[in-house]
Amino acid sequence: MSATVPGPEPRWGIAELRAALLARDGGDWLRRAEAEVNNHPDAVARLFAEVPRRLAPHPVAGWPAGVAGRAVLLAALLTAPAGGPDRLVDLYRYADSGEKLAILCALPELPDRGELTAVGLPLLHDALRTNDIRLVAAALGPYARHLGPEAWRQGVLKCVFMGIPLAVVDRLSERADAELAVMLHGLAAERLAAGRDLPADAVALLRSLSGPTTAREN
Amino acid sequence: MRIFDPHIHMTSRTTDDYMAMAAAGVRAVVEPAFWVGQPRTNPGSFADYFDSLVGWEPHRASQFGIRHHATIALNPKEANDARCTPVLDLVPRYLAKESVVAVGEIGYDAMTTEEDTAFAAQLAMAVSFALPALVHTPHRDKKRGTERSLAVVVESGIDPGRVVIDHLNELTIDIVLEAGCWAGFSIYPQTKMSPDRMVEILKRYGTERILVNSAADWGRSDPLLTVRTGEAMLAAGFTPDDVDKVLWRNPVDFYQQSGRLNLAHVTEPAASFAGSSIARGGQ
Repeated sequence: MSATVPGPEPRWGIAELRAALLARDGGDWLRRAEAEVNNHPDAVARLFAEVPRRLAPHPVAGWPAGVAGRAVLLAALLTAPAGGPDRLVDLYRYADSGEKLAILCALPELPDRGELTAVGLPLLHDALRTNDIRLVAAALGPYARHLGPEAWRQGVLKCVFMGIPLAVVDRLSERADAELAVMLHGLAAERLAAGRDLPADAVALLRSLSGPTTAREN
Repeated sequence: MRIFDPHIHMTSRTTDDYMAMAAAGVRAVVEPAFWVGQPRTNPGSFADYFDSLVGWEPHRASQFGIRHHATIALNPKEANDARCTPVLDLVPRYLAKESVVAVGEIGYDAMTTEEDTAFAAQLAMAVSFALPALVHTPHRDKKRGTERSLAVVVESGIDPGRVVIDHLNELTIDIVLEAGCWAGFSIYPQTKMSPDRMVEILKRYGTERILVNSAADWGRSDPLLTVRTGEAMLAAGFTPDDVDKVLWRNPVDFYQQSGRLNLAHVTEPAASFAGSSIARGGQ
């Protein structure tokens, strides 16, 4: 299983992704789709679904082309005269897994006039309730800064439970706290009872969170 | 060996499973309402699901000589979605149905305040419908989730002997038995219990107030792990009567508290099911 999500360092913003995509095969289509969404936001439902089959398939700056292209359309949707963040709610509701992934990955890069979080945060919660490792991983990217500590810890624990590499978690070492350590200890004890191990990255995290005494015992 | 699987999601299983289960001695199942993998987005989606649990699925089971009962609830995971919380208004309609033998699965997933609300509200429904309750314990933070679940059970005023706390393991059984609840174990590849670990637990704790289920669903699971557990018990020196107690009489005793368990003519062929006797609780 792989839980790769776009977002290499340094992360490209949507303006850079857009410029790169417009210069490639499918660029003309994307430009027309963008204009269509700007003029008629309802058109996004069909166009958003079509993106991956309209663009050249190779990735751009670590983003799958379809995800990057969809991010461009989302930006157009948010800034269209009749668009706005509420449009995202409907789009996500009827999105397939690939479309949901694109929305989650794009969230941290989308234009935000202060209204996006109210719409975006429930989408993260929705993604964290799924058992789709791609969506869970994407929900723990940079936009997870908006997640409260309880939901964030549950998300990290869910990664360990599902075998998602902890490398997908944004600001892990910064946000990991004693409460997360308690939860990881609990999972480690259960795994021990079952004769199974924690993934190595979870063991390393637990060690880093434990005091010097525990670290020596390990 | 006659088997009553007290927790299995047959909606997600094939007729091959039903055939294998029947051949191995499974004669009765309880199917709890739960998450179907794909998140639902409106109460109507639940209504159709509940209809299926008291309609189509019992009919399907009957084709294989297996008696099917259900438990109904808004599950903890989807209780977090505001679009689904109106399901709480639908649940009582289904709790009144003839083949519904408990409220469930209720409990915790991520231990949010929304889950608190749904859990407490549905325990209150269990009390008012005089039904047992099936409480799911979380995959994450299980020990504290189990402790918190028991506190909510006590708070509700329901008789703990009418509550099963499910998906337990070596670390969570003690507090559940001490609280007077039934202890449920899901024998499920990888993520939950194995037959051999279950046998060790039975050696240590005995067979009272213990339920063993397969919890087979849409995941990589095995509806015959109840049977495998019975075989492992025999291999470890338990008697056939011990096996019958754990895999048949215990689930019967637990769900019979609903007053709705109907096991009449349970070994007869499916054709007799549709208009069958309404005698209750017979074995």
